[in-house]
Amino acid sequence: MSDKKYLYKKTAVLTDKSSHYCPGCSHGLVHKMLAEIIEEFGIQKKTIFVAPVGCAVLLYDYIDCDTLEAAHGRAPASATGIKRSNPDNVVIAYQGDGDLLAIGMAETIHAANRGENITVIFINNAIYGMTGGQMAPTTLVGQKTLTTPLGRNPSNEGYPIGACELLNTLTAPYFIERCKVNSSKTAIYTKKVLKKAITNQMNNKGYSFVEILSNCNTNWGMTPLDANKWIDENVEKIFPVKNFRDGDAK
Amino acid sequence: MKDKVLMKGNEALAEAAIRGGCRYYFGYPITPQNEVPAYMSKRLPEVGGVFIQAESETASINMVYGACASGARAMTSSSSPGISLMQEGISYIAGSEVPAVIINVMRGGPGLGNISPSQADYLQSVKGGGHGDYNVIIFAPSTVQELADYAYDSFDVAFKYRNPVMILADGVLGQISEGVILPEFKEIKDAPEWALGKGKERNIIRSLFLNPEDRLTTHNIHLQEKYRRIEKEIQYFEEYKCEDAEYLIVAYGTTSRICKSAIDNMRNNGIKIGLFRPISLWPFPYAKLKENAASKETLFVVEMAYNQLEQDVRIGVEGAAPIERLNKLGGSVFNEEEIVDFISNSITLKGNKYVG
Repeated sequence: MSDKKYLYKKTAVLTDKSSHYCPGCSHGLVHKMLAEIIEEFGIQKKTIFVAPVGCAVLLYDYIDCDTLEAAHGRAPASATGIKRSNPDNVVIAYQGDGDLLAIGMAETIHAANRGENITVIFINNAIYGMTGGQMAPTTLVGQKTLTTPLGRNPSNEGYPIGACELLNTLTAPYFIERCKVNSSKTAIYTKKVLKKAITNQMNNKGYSFVEILSNCNTNWGMTPLDANKWIDENVEKIFPVKNFRDGDAK
Repeated sequence: MKDKVLMKGNEALAEAAIRGGCRYYFGYPITPQNEVPAYMSKRLPEVGGVFIQAESETASINMVYGACASGARAMTSSSSPGISLMQEGISYIAGSEVPAVIINVMRGGPGLGNISPSQADYLQSVKGGGHGDYNVIIFAPSTVQELADYAYDSFDVAFKYRNPVMILADGVLGQISEGVILPEFKEIKDAPEWALGKGKERNIIRSLFLNPEDRLTTHNIHLQEKYRRIEKEIQYFEEYKCEDAEYLIVAYGTTSRICKSAIDNMRNNGIKIGLFRPISLWPFPYAKLKENAASKETLFVVEMAYNQLEQDVRIGVEGAAPIERLNKLGGSVFNEEEIVDFISNSITLKGNKYVG
């Protein structure tokens, strides 16, 4: 018998399927961290994901939990329906920037405003990935996309929307934080934040929101390394990484 | 013998839905169905349920999608413009094979229209409404009692077939007060095995089929096989004074009630006329209609819409009898006399022996 000792092992909450995500994309890392947390908490059977429309629509191919595939932008509404009828389940809505801040703005704001006891994971990569790189509500001023070929021009397209800043104007949310995962250090910290956001729900604290600044190296037209650097040098200037609200700290 | 109580249609359907097991209601205000959410907001907490006033009809239907996907008996209600907003969600619910109950208390359209009774959402309801090949089971009651009975039964039907069910009412039925015998509280068994968080195995509720091994074609064929089964099993209709009838009215819902009075009136004048009333609008009782139409001089399609029910009547009748139409547009209701006049005159113009 082998006396091999594993220092690292893939969590059983992740399936063996190879991911469709582009190499270097942040989705894979965030999926893995969520799966590891679910394993650690022993909540695989009671966790229900709500998958968005966008790159993460196939989330259920990779994270081995019950999942509802929501309509575009409606994840917080469907998560509300699931959670209200199943208060003992852990309900995680996972959304991108177009889903959460454009087509689903109303659902985002109102689920937060009701203080729904759910966890919302927001992948902000400043672009529409799945459809080939169009402007997102979070696209930076001057950023070139498929539909802003000369760069986002505020006089025509307005300015990037800060989800955390917006939600922080509401009374009901319990926890709001913006993180990034473009280095080992920031990823390790983000995992702690994700744990907290899920723990809050398990303790019936109410609405927890975690925004993760992510890269879309393919549609940004950069190498993964350059894309991660661009987050530090550009994205974070508009979307500061910090905790906006922590109900525990009150 | 249970007591008859006097209730408004909207309230009777809400109470009956609760008695049929509904514990979750998600909805947005719109006239003429506002009594449904008002009643639910007061009554659901009393029976351990949840009421949420959603931020829109779009959110409402997607909340219903989430709740029903996890095996709960949930419903929403709205009126025409709001139902239009729900169509995307209804397509997802049908595509994912999730049960749901939706009430449409129809009002005048198109656009903002008005708040008066109408039947102009017939085609939207029975022919799909949203994108893709799918069907919603549609029941069209004509009395407050039937409104309550179908609201009560719809949850069983929706869960049996894992398919959305819509009750197609109108502003008259929602607002009218009538005597109604309320059904007993139904005991609901555990959530089904396919529901989120309820299965021994892992459950995924979805309508996206990208991979070659689970192609969308196969999924659609499966849906169509289910729809053919529903068509065999659900064929609801009423025949009124059809046995000796030489003429036939085809009408549903509120209009069919007015037609019954008109039929009694015309029969007093010696016109042998009856009513065929489809109750399940999808599946439509085509065969039974054709049987009834076969020996008739003329069929009169009477609807608070233009050529909507009539399209299904023509499909069913297949030319077996001449068809005339009487329409009321823009959210207004027929009166008995105008139906009597129209049909009597029509028969007279054809030189019929009964009317002089």
